[in-house]
Amino acid sequence: MEDWGVISRSRSSPPREGARGGGGGPAGAPPATGEEVTARRRRVFQAEVERLMDRLYGTAVRLTRNRADAEDLVAEALARAWSRLDTLEDLQAFEKWIFRILSNAFVSGRRRSRETPASALLTGEDEGDTESLFDRLHQPFLLWWDNPEQRLLDRLLREDVERALDGLPDAYRLAVVLVDVEGFTYAEAAETLSIPVGTVRSRLSRGRSLFQEALWPQARELGLTTRGVGG
Amino acid sequence: MPSQIECEEAVARLLEYLDGELEEADRSRVERHLETCRGCFDRSEFERRLRELVAETGSAPAPESLRLRIRGLIERF
Repeated sequence: MEDWGVISRSRSSPPREGARGGGGGPAGAPPATGEEVTARRRRVFQAEVERLMDRLYGTAVRLTRNRADAEDLVAEALARAWSRLDTLEDLQAFEKWIFRILSNAFVSGRRRSRETPASALLTGEDEGDTESLFDRLHQPFLLWWDNPEQRLLDRLLREDVERALDGLPDAYRLAVVLVDVEGFTYAEAAETLSIPVGTVRSRLSRGRSLFQEALWPQARELGLTTRGVGG
Repeated sequence: MPSQIECEEAVARLLEYLDGELEEADRSRVERHLETCRGCFDRSEFERRLRELVAETGSAPAPESLRLRIRGLIERF
């Protein structure tokens, strides 16, 4: 991996007095030209993007629920990222930084879209939680290796999980994707969505409840319970 | 020394515990409860594993068309 600090310093500030290899070049070498610095930055950027490509695309699919839109979102996010490269001070932070940009690009795109009125993001906030899958399936008298809830997890397909996530109302879906898929903290999700942390917390709670509710039919199909949807 | 908590409080704080959003003292209290309560530990494991399944959906093989598009884009930067 290239030394991002050297590349950053070479483009944003002169080297410290006494520092070796001014301008990002090796010791004693002339300072790197603008073209050389750009080429190095591009090389590092390309390598990091290649490394994260499957996750960028997968996350974009979760956000957009559409593969073609996901490709456009990744491209838009990377163009934004390149134009803001000066805000990245440490290459170790690249991953978190690029996923923040991806999510911000999606959210700002949604705000611009006429297809999604703001009200669609704000429905059902105060509705109560539903009973969790664990509470519905757990049978404390069974042995640990025969828990129905563990068997459900063993047999759930990825497409079951994706369908349950994609079916959530947007307000809840975005909170769940940002925190559970992208690993954002509540504060980071709040900043991205421009809502208070408490609202992130309540949307997450409701979103996770609805997500588990949506998996209930799979539990029934798998014969893990004889209880109905409502109880 | 953190005080003991009951199941009700442990369950109420479980999701924030798994999210890493609790302060150290609260995190320790939940952890100690999970070490001694089988039911809450089972619940915690269920939620943790379900969370892993959700996180896994955030990665999917990028189509070659996208890879080519991005390479072209970066070359033009």
